[in-house]
Amino acid sequence: MAKIEFRHVVKRFGAVDVIPDMNLVIDDGEFVALLGPSGCGKSTSLFMLAGIYLPSGGELLFDGRVVNEVEARDRNVGIVFQSYALYPHMSVRDNILFPLRFKKTPRDEALARVKAVAELVRVEELLDRRPGELSGGQQQRVALARALVKEPELLLLDEPLSNLDASLRLSMRTEIKSLHAQLGVTTLLVTHDQIEATTMADRIICMRAGRIEQVGTPDDLYLRPSSLFVAGFIGSPPINLIAGDAEGGMVAVNGARFPVEGASGRLTVGLRPEHLRFADTGFPGRIAQIEPMGREILYVVETGMGAVRVLEQGSSAGHSTGEEVKVSFLPENSLVFETERQKLIAGAHVRAPD
Amino acid sequence: MIERRGHAGSATRRRANSVIFLGPAIVLTVLFFVVPVIIDIAVSFTDLSRSLRITEFTTEQYEKVFRTDRRLSQVIGLTFIYVFGTLAIFNVTFGLILAITTTAIRNVSGSFFRGVWLLPRMSPSVLYILLWLWAVSPTEAGLVNQVLMQVFGLDAPLDLLTSAPIALIIISNGFIGASMGMIIFTAAIRGIPEHLFHAAAVDGAGTFATIRFITLPALRWPISFVTIYQTLSLLVSFEYILLLTKGGPFYDTTVYALYVYRRAFESGQYGYGAALALFLIVIGVVVALIGWRFFDMERLLQRPRIEVQ
Repeated sequence: MAKIEFRHVVKRFGAVDVIPDMNLVIDDGEFVALLGPSGCGKSTSLFMLAGIYLPSGGELLFDGRVVNEVEARDRNVGIVFQSYALYPHMSVRDNILFPLRFKKTPRDEALARVKAVAELVRVEELLDRRPGELSGGQQQRVALARALVKEPELLLLDEPLSNLDASLRLSMRTEIKSLHAQLGVTTLLVTHDQIEATTMADRIICMRAGRIEQVGTPDDLYLRPSSLFVAGFIGSPPINLIAGDAEGGMVAVNGARFPVEGASGRLTVGLRPEHLRFADTGFPGRIAQIEPMGREILYVVETGMGAVRVLEQGSSAGHSTGEEVKVSFLPENSLVFETERQKLIAGAHVRAPD
Repeated sequence: MIERRGHAGSATRRRANSVIFLGPAIVLTVLFFVVPVIIDIAVSFTDLSRSLRITEFTTEQYEKVFRTDRRLSQVIGLTFIYVFGTLAIFNVTFGLILAITTTAIRNVSGSFFRGVWLLPRMSPSVLYILLWLWAVSPTEAGLVNQVLMQVFGLDAPLDLLTSAPIALIIISNGFIGASMGMIIFTAAIRGIPEHLFHAAAVDGAGTFATIRFITLPALRWPISFVTIYQTLSLLVSFEYILLLTKGGPFYDTTVYALYVYRRAFESGQYGYGAALALFLIVIGVVVALIGWRFFDMERLLQRPRIEVQ
């Protein structure tokens, strides 16, 4: 178990600064997710932690010890790759045993540990098979077992669920989370999937173009996104972002005008679809499209300020296409950003027109 | 309707395809393998010699092979040493070392070194052997002697063509043969998913453990292929030996294929040469078939098996 620290860490490939300056502390035993779109530097950060890439600058610390130059094999790190990277010519047993080979663990003890970890991730029936004979979910478990067998200080998960089908993804999510609760190993999950990050991690680090955009609990990122990028990245269906100009306590967007508190100038208003509802007062509009999603229904409503998405609970549509409606929301659910700097204006709210 | 017409057309189309795609290969095989084999068998049952007149049909040549030719066992022994020596030292082992080292270093220098090792294969055989003849020349002007005498202070020049002819034919052929293994192994190493190397590094494997547990297992099929292919090509080719040592001194470097050539074309015993050549053909076919089964070469022709799905 370890406390991980990035101090002004830089990673350069040739002339490109993939990570210009990264600062981050991950506490002992924490489950943290690195979330961001592809190419944002999250996998690079993970590979630096694993020792596969060495940092170009700054300091990387495990429990206060600088590990910049420590090679992968000398760090006690377990990793689950997106492709699982199981050794194709070895049985499942030998795959899980592999890390113990280099730790000079006595054979009996090693086999006992393989057995124990195989039971933990429920692959004890598969020990004599080859990876090629396993399903995706089984390979995933074996990869987890291989990462855990050496009792790592740090467990790294690189997009571990992206190759699984939807239902398996759901159950693996629960399993990984309960494994973490059971073992208490410091865990870093890299993902581009916000649902994976919010469901599993205690804390989320949202990255963009090599920089950390925001660090916080899933609630922080959802309720108080620090920037337009985070607001747009977290939440599904995505937040409605409406740009306008505020003057004298009123925002003007296209033809629509509505009150704003605590901000002025060029603003972008963020309204989550699930916070919007149909009411007797509010923005007048017309329903352009209806998308039933099972438990919820997504409406696309044409209003004076452009098209907005409205999410309504329930399985059958209470409204029909072409219907004239009014869209409203609670002011405390609205987010207001500075358009220029793309930052959240804390405490600012907008109101639906009466 | 359209689909049906497609089906009716596809039977003829398939037949046409097999003629178009297999035809040239079949014509070549018949013309340059089947026909020569038949002629060879026919000639081996005659007493054809330099006079080019057949006076009788006889099994005398085969009697000679099995009974009277005392030199043959020595030739076969030498062939064995030559083929397996070249294979084991150069074509597989050295090819493997080249592939592993040139893929481990930077791509630019790796390609450069692979290019250098490909040069012997690309240069004309006569030119290549001419360089060897200069290198091992028994006079003071020979490259090896220059180095030995000037750098290591040797007194008199060595005559390697007389003192170590077998080593010379193995090395000179090996320098050429190593490049094929190198290219095939390099491609196979490049085909190993990078994540496997990363996983091995994180699991604690060092350089040699990575080669042993990741690289070599992935090279099992390419190694089988190179072994079989090179065994056959070493068995039947002799041009470099002929150019370098002419099979000498005396018969010291006369491998089987060269022996066939010397019997047939130097001594003019065409009938006997044909009988000897027939064994080479049989061995070639048998080795190819054994290889096909034993090394499971069919799998080489299937999709790559490295990536775990």
